[in-house]
Amino acid sequence: MKPQLKSLTQTQGFAVLTLVLGILVIWYIAALLMNGNQMINMLERTGQSWTYTQVLQGAYSIQRPPLPVPHQVAMELYQSVLNQAVTSRRSLVYHSMITLESTLLGFALGSLLGILIAVGIVHNRTLDASLMPWVIASQTVPILAIAPIVVVVLGSMNLTGVLPKAMISMYLSFFPVVIGMVKGLRSSDKLHSELMMTYNASRQQFFWKLRWFSAQPYLFASLKIAISAALVGAIVAELPTGAQGGLGARLLSGSYYGQTVQIWAALVMSALLGWALITLVGMAERLVLRRRGLTR
Amino acid sequence: MHAVKLQPQTSSPAKPHRLMIGIDDLSLVFDTNDGPVHALSHINLDIHQGDFVSFIGPSGCGKTTLLRVIADLEQQTSGTIHVGGTSPQDARMNRLYGYVFQAPALFPWRTIASNCALPMEISAQPKSHRQAQIDKYLKMVGLQDFKHKFPWQLSGGMQQRASIARALCLEPELLLMDEPFGALDEITRDHLNMELLKIWKATGKTLVFVTHSIPEAVLLSTHIVVMSPRPGRIIKVIESPLPRDKTLGLRDSEAFHALAAEIRQALASDHQID
Ligand SMILES: Nc1ncnc2c1ncn2[C@@H]1O[C@H](COP(=O)(O)OP(=O)(O)OP(=O)(O)O)[C@@H](O)[C@H]1O
Ligand SMILES: [Mg+2]
Repeated sequence: MKPQLKSLTQTQGFAVLTLVLGILVIWYIAALLMNGNQMINMLERTGQSWTYTQVLQGAYSIQRPPLPVPHQVAMELYQSVLNQAVTSRRSLVYHSMITLESTLLGFALGSLLGILIAVGIVHNRTLDASLMPWVIASQTVPILAIAPIVVVVLGSMNLTGVLPKAMISMYLSFFPVVIGMVKGLRSSDKLHSELMMTYNASRQQFFWKLRWFSAQPYLFASLKIAISAALVGAIVAELPTGAQGGLGARLLSGSYYGQTVQIWAALVMSALLGWALITLVGMAERLVLRRRGLTR
Repeated sequence: MHAVKLQPQTSSPAKPHRLMIGIDDLSLVFDTNDGPVHALSHINLDIHQGDFVSFIGPSGCGKTTLLRVIADLEQQTSGTIHVGGTSPQDARMNRLYGYVFQAPALFPWRTIASNCALPMEISAQPKSHRQAQIDKYLKMVGLQDFKHKFPWQLSGGMQQRASIARALCLEPELLLMDEPFGALDEITRDHLNMELLKIWKATGKTLVFVTHSIPEAVLLSTHIVVMSPRPGRIIKVIESPLPRDKTLGLRDSEAFHALAAEIRQALASDHQID
């Protein structure tokens, strides 16, 4: 069993490595094609003769390439993460922290709201019929349209900073929690429910001793979606606020000034942040479910 | 026992042999996609306090359904039923009975001890009492060393024993058990049979018990209800001539074999293989 397992992880690692290498190769070729054209244009404008060596060198090192290559992005990340004080506007850590703050606040509020709505829906027929369509409708409105409205409205009420952004995060993250929790709270085993009936358990006891626990696997699946949605919400919210900080502001200013390398670095950073957040929720899930004996 | 006519509960609760369950011309029809299923047809049965009653019969004859009607988990289509002098619903609300399901039905997120604590938590019994009951009955079913294990760490038979302990912890007036020992080996089964008899004799509880085993029915019961399928009905109620004070040695006696033969005959007389 063990050697097989090992060879499995080995082949898996090999497959991942091949994939990454393939993507890198395609990336560099694409960058050469896209940036090379711009390079040739630049060289021709000087009126002098040029060689393909010049094009090749320039394609991978121009300041604002249409498509930056991975090592340029890596250099930018290195510069902006490790070579800056974390309090500096130029530090990506500084911007990440700002985004993280509203992500976490929005996630916490959204999860709480989602759980409360789900509890209401499964316990009350009227709420089930009246609330669910609104919950679904809320997600059909494009967030890019909602974000500026929320920010402006809250701004006029003198609410600025982290709160408007957290609201957008909350708006995106409560939805998967509602859907998952409603399903989870209704997933209790029929036999377990009948057992509770023979004990003449009250509604509260049904909830706290049975439904809440049968819902937990569903809750954690939803929380993973919710936290990545919260991150997207925070970044989107930073675009129209004219915010000075945050990964979204960084993306916006990058595109404003044509700083493609900076855009890509912020992009990679938000991907890393999202990965880390989902991993954290996954760890919490394993911890809780194992302690409850729900996984082996 | 079926000779007793059903009447409203007027006798005082302290009086022995009070009517515990009274079922009068009860029928239950399930509406299914393939048409109606006559799970119970014209059931008449009186069970008195302190009786140990076994339901026996081929698969699908309505034993579980009848037990579920008594427990208010299923409602009859016609006829009447009283449990402890009230409707099954009131009996359930008053937590008159304990129910052991055909499957263990343990909560996977609770340990064995905490599963046993569940019904006592719900009826708000003090913690020290809960602990004592759990220790007592887990020991009785031989699971004292598995208190802190989760259900999935136990075998099927051990899980079933845990679910029996959970029901016993409540010490209900009326114990409804659906094939509780079906998943157990012979030795454990013998042991638990004797333990159950001991509890029953000591407390004077009423037991209603579903089984597929003729020897088990003979060994345990004061009354054996023989049932038959399609439609589910009672074909015979046999009152046991055996003494209430039973030992495993009884199984070698004449009377034991005679009763077993009577049950087998009743079952066979109605048996068609289709
Ligand atoms: N919820 C239900 N819906 C439809 N039919 C049902 C339902 N429950 C039971 N039945 C039918 O009622 C009949 C009696 O079922 P029941 O479970 O009471 O049998 P049983 O005597 O307990 O059998 P076994 O010994 O196999 O446990 C069967 O024909 C069964 O298919
Ligand atoms: Mg059954």
